[in-house]
Formats: sequence, C-alpha cells, structure tokens
Amino acid sequence: MKAALFVTCLVDQLFPNVGEAAVKVLRHLNVEVAFPRDQTCCGQPALNSGLRYEATAVARRFLKVFEGSEYIVCPSGSCTSLVRLFYADLLSEDPHLKAQAGLLASRTYEFSEFITGVLKVTDIGARLEARVAYHDSCHSLRELGISRGPRDLIKAVQDVELVELPHHDVCCGFGGTFSIRYPEISSAILRDKVDNILKSGARILTATDSGCLMHINGALTRSGGQVEVLHLAELLARGLERADA
Amino acid sequence: MPEVKTAEFPRLSRQSLADPQVQSSLRRLSHFIEAREAAVAEVGEQEWQRLRDQGRRIKEHAIAHLDYYLELAADNVVKAGGNVCFARDAREACDYVLKVAQARRARTVIKSKSMVSEETGINTVLESHGIRPVETDLGEYIIQLAGETPFHIVAPALHKSKEEVADLFVQKLNVQRKESITELTAIARAALREIFVQADIGMTGANFVVAETGTVVIVTNEGNGRMSTSLPRVHIALMGMERVVPRLEDMAVFLRLLPRSATGQRLTSYTTFVTGPRRDDEEDGPDEFHLVILDNGRSRMLADEALREALYCIRCGAWVYGGPIGAVVTPILAGLPQARHLPFASTLCGACREVCPVKINIPHLLLTLRSRVTQGPPADRHASWLERIAARAWQYVVTTPWAFGLAGRAAAILQLPLLRRGRLRWLPQPLNAWTRTRDFPRVAFRPFRARWSRIADQHPREKT
Repeated sequence: MKAALFVTCLVDQLFPNVGEAAVKVLRHLNVEVAFPRDQTCCGQPALNSGLRYEATAVARRFLKVFEGSEYIVCPSGSCTSLVRLFYADLLSEDPHLKAQAGLLASRTYEFSEFITGVLKVTDIGARLEARVAYHDSCHSLRELGISRGPRDLIKAVQDVELVELPHHDVCCGFGGTFSIRYPEISSAILRDKVDNILKSGARILTATDSGCLMHINGALTRSGGQVEVLHLAELLARGLERADA
Repeated sequence: MPEVKTAEFPRLSRQSLADPQVQSSLRRLSHFIEAREAAVAEVGEQEWQRLRDQGRRIKEHAIAHLDYYLELAADNVVKAGGNVCFARDAREACDYVLKVAQARRARTVIKSKSMVSEETGINTVLESHGIRPVETDLGEYIIQLAGETPFHIVAPALHKSKEEVADLFVQKLNVQRKESITELTAIARAALREIFVQADIGMTGANFVVAETGTVVIVTNEGNGRMSTSLPRVHIALMGMERVVPRLEDMAVFLRLLPRSATGQRLTSYTTFVTGPRRDDEEDGPDEFHLVILDNGRSRMLADEALREALYCIRCGAWVYGGPIGAVVTPILAGLPQARHLPFASTLCGACREVCPVKINIPHLLLTLRSRVTQGPPADRHASWLERIAARAWQYVVTTPWAFGLAGRAAAILQLPLLRRGRLRWLPQPLNAWTRTRDFPRVAFRPFRARWSRIADQHPREKT
C-alpha cells in the first residue's frame, strides 16, 4: 500500500522527529511512504484567525500537491479535520474544486486512524515498559471522533500501562492563536491540565497532535515534573526499536 | 447595557482570572457539570441523542417558518384574551411596557426569569419614570441589590460568596447579619414576600411560547415565577422572537432537554403554562396579559444563512464550561465591531457543541464570525493594516516552498542567542505572551523536508 505523508508545518519545522517516527511505523506496517516535497501548511492558522482568503489560497495549493496521492496520512487530528471538514466549504465557489476537495477529504487520514481504520492493525508488535497517559486532542476527539483507536494502539504495546487522565477530554487551552491572544485564559486552562498529568503518575504523555503537546510540554518543562512528552508516532516508533533490541 | 462590557472583554477576563473569589466559585460549578452528566446518563445515550435530534428538528422547522408561527401564537394569545406587541427593538419594547405600567399607575414591577428584560434595559427605563422594578429570582435579587449585572444566565450571582451576600443584606435591607445559606434565603424570602403582595405588575420572560395555543411556558426553581404570573393584576411576558415552538406536544421534548442540560434536573421545581389572563370561571391570575415579542436584531440573524443556527438556542447554559453561544449571539445583536473580541475568545475545542441540546455547531459559527471580523463587509471589519500585511506575507510564505524553507532557516538562526538548554524561555513581542507562562520548543536545525532525502534512501522500495 502507498501513502503520502503530510507532516504539517509544525512537525516539519519544530518536531521533525515525529515525521521520522511516523515514517518508521508506517514502513514497519508495509506502507510505501511518499513525501510530496512541495507541501507546507494546511491553512489552519489562517482560518483560525478568520483569514478565509488566505486559507482558501492554501487549500487550493494543497489540492494540487496531493492530487495524485491515493492516501494522505497526517500526524495531526487538527490539520486532518481542516482538510476533511473545511476544504469543501472554503472552495465551494468553484464546483470543480469543491468536488476535488470532497474526494481529498475521503482520502485524508489522521495517523492513528489510518493504522486502525485503513490498515486494520492495533498490535504493531511494539514493546515499551512505561506508564503512559493519553490526552484527547479536541479536534481528533470532537471533529473526527477519534478516541478508541489511539488507546487500542497504546494498549497493544507490550508492557505499556495506559492510565486515564482525570478530565482527559478537556482542552489543554492551546487553540492556535488563542494561546497568544488570550494568554491568561489559555494558561489557566493549561495549569489544570498539567496538574492532572502530574497527578496521574504517568511517565509519558502522548497525543495525536503536536500542537497540544507543544503547549502542554511548554508548561511541563517549567513545572520541573519528570514527564516525557511524545507524539503517538514517536511512542510507537520507540516501542518498535525496543522490540527489535 | 451589555454592549459596553463586551468591548472591554479582554481586560475584564484578566480581572476575573485574577479574582480568587470568582475562580473558586467557578470551580464549584463542576457539580453542575456532574449533575448534568448524570441526568443525561439516566436518559440513556441513545435516547438522549434521539431527543437532541428531535429538538433540533423542531427548532429548524419553527425558525424556517417563524413568520407563520409568530402570527399563529399572536392570534391565539389574543383569542385567549391577551394583548400582543411586536417590538422591533429594545426601545419599542420598553415604550410598550412603560405605557402599560403608566396606564395602570403602577409603582412596583416584580420580575422573574427574563434575560430579554436585561437585553432591553427595561429596569433603567422604569426607574427613570418612578416605577420600581424588583428582581425576584434570588440570584438576580442579590445582583440588583449590589447594583451589578448577572454573571451568568443560569447562575447570576455565582461570583458572590455567602459572606459577601450577608454583608450586602445588612447594608441594604437593614437586617441582622446571618451567614448560613438557609438564613440568608429566609431574609430574601421575607423581603420579597412583602413586595410580591404590593406589586402592580408581574414581568416574566418566556422559555417557550406554544403557537397552536398561545401558551407561555416558564421553567423555574424558586416559585417566584409563578408568583409573578398570578399575584399582580397585570402580567407582561417578554420573549425573544425565536422562542416560539409549533405545538404543545413539542414541550414533551424540550422539557426533557432543557432542565437536564441546564441544571441537571429531571424537571425543574415549577413548570408554568400561562394562556392569556384569568378567565371568568377562574379564581387566580391576572386581569390583564401582555406578550411582547422582541426582534432587536434577531431577524438579521434569521436572514443570515451562515449564522441562522444560533436562533435554535434554548438558553440552557450547559455550555457553562465550554464555548459560549453568547459569543455568537452578542456580536449579531450588539454589532460585530462592539463585540469583536468574543469570537476569538475560544479554543474551539468543541465541548459546547457536544453538550448543546439542539446540536448547534458553535465552533464553526465562531469561525464564520472571525472571518467577518478580519475580512467581512466593511461595517463588520476590524483589522489593522499591519495585520493585513502580515496575513499576505504569511500566505506568500506558505504557498511558496522555497520561501517556506528559507523562513524556517532564518528562524533557526535567529533563535540561537535565545536558546537555553534547547528551549526558548523568552521571546520578543507579541510572542512573549506565550513565553510568560510556557517554554517554546526550538526550531529544528534540520527540518523534516531536509531529512527526507536521507530517510527516503533508507527504504529501497520508494523514491520521491
């Protein structure tokens, strides 16, 4: 099976390890991974700020870049939800582009969703001795309905103990530009999230979105707590390394 | 008026966050959330979803045929012996209420359960004509004594501690200081009873108005609503024009949805159905009944296809911890420039949509409003030239791969003097809003796109 990786701008520029980990896991599952080199961003920061024209221009370009890809896999629930739920609306003025956006939507998958839903795999053969907490990223959970898949993937990793965070489905307060526009509100929400993570006794925190993880880790590193933050792809990739060793 | 505060939202939000009293009160709200979850669980997930769908469909239908159902409701109110006023704006509504009050030489108006009266600013109008409006919901009563506006539609005095209320009662009611909630409630009750008996007019809101019968439905917990509709000789009900539902049967759906969503109750203590004034064969009830149907910007919402959904709202308050429907409704009613901060004051996490009893897609409505603030029609727009240039520059960078790569490299170099143990602990304006409370990760020296050529070769099967 072939799939094109859309790493997202955040992973490309800030967390390239997440991209590498995603490639490693997908290849392990016999997926031929392609990386269309002209990719940049999905347009989320623009739409989130109310910049519809700019978001539309980016969407139009995204369509072209991923035109020939049978599957598009993305290590972010938030970016996936934008492509899947908003592109057709952004491009609705041109019926041809709108139809293309509809087709693109049906080919674009969030990383965990692709593994559990398309490849139909939950046990990837990984192994990792750790207490892991899973944070439900809002867009993964409530725009895409992703909740069980990532948990099944984590539980299937040998020797992992999955702990449920209190209020696991409550937002971390990131919200893209919200975190800068309303830093006080954003940080107050984040403080609760960090308290719950520290209380849970987890050694690793994982999620399907680097945006949320960046936000949470930003406060965790200042709290002096000993919790490591890993994207789900990184967690699974590390598990594969340990299983090989 | 609420508009004035809305423009100051960013400052007020910081103030509330720094207020330990407000914060601890909000923490206590979690019991509302738990009660709501339990009340919903009791119905069963499947049945609850079915109810939400049904509620949504009734609202869709009623709003799509609003002209028809409003006229039907008005006709039936008149048939039952009541009077109807269609008020285009707050002023027309106030004028009508004032006219009725003056014709009856009213001195005291008791009020219960009306956010629409808050919207119209009727209290100020009545006071300026020597008529005393008295709020009779306990929370509203406290707020009125303190000279403030409600904190939240379901819990107006949420931000007040019982000690503050005790002080307030001593100061305003001339009573001995009591601190237990039971005693405080008794003080308010005694003070209000006297006013109930004297009042000339009872003014209420309307949770629903049934078109086929002309019935006003009011859902309350304190019983003051029923006192307001039955003790004074005149009852005036104020409704937003979106409150109409077609049939009495529809109440079977909404009376299950609303209390469970609002306060986590199966049913509120009092559910009052009022159809016109007292009839000849009845002992209790007012001699006169008036229904004021308020537009005040709602028909603008109705005409606006992208935002019409906001009219389905039944004001349950279940979004108390999520993203507020108020951030959608206020900009439309008060004007977007006035309320431009509100649509941006949400993470768009979607929790509000999940609890909404009529499935309003609030996050998507907020996005629509955001795009109107930044690039909507000139009357709505509010973006500086600097913001516009930044937006264009951003677009150029992300649609031009070489520029995107270059911007990343530039950031990677510029960050060097600021790096502390691989993290950024301080960033200049406006990004210091982030680093005041959070570390920022470092920009990768080798981004993924630069790593790809190496990774691509590791796997002999593919080349890009």
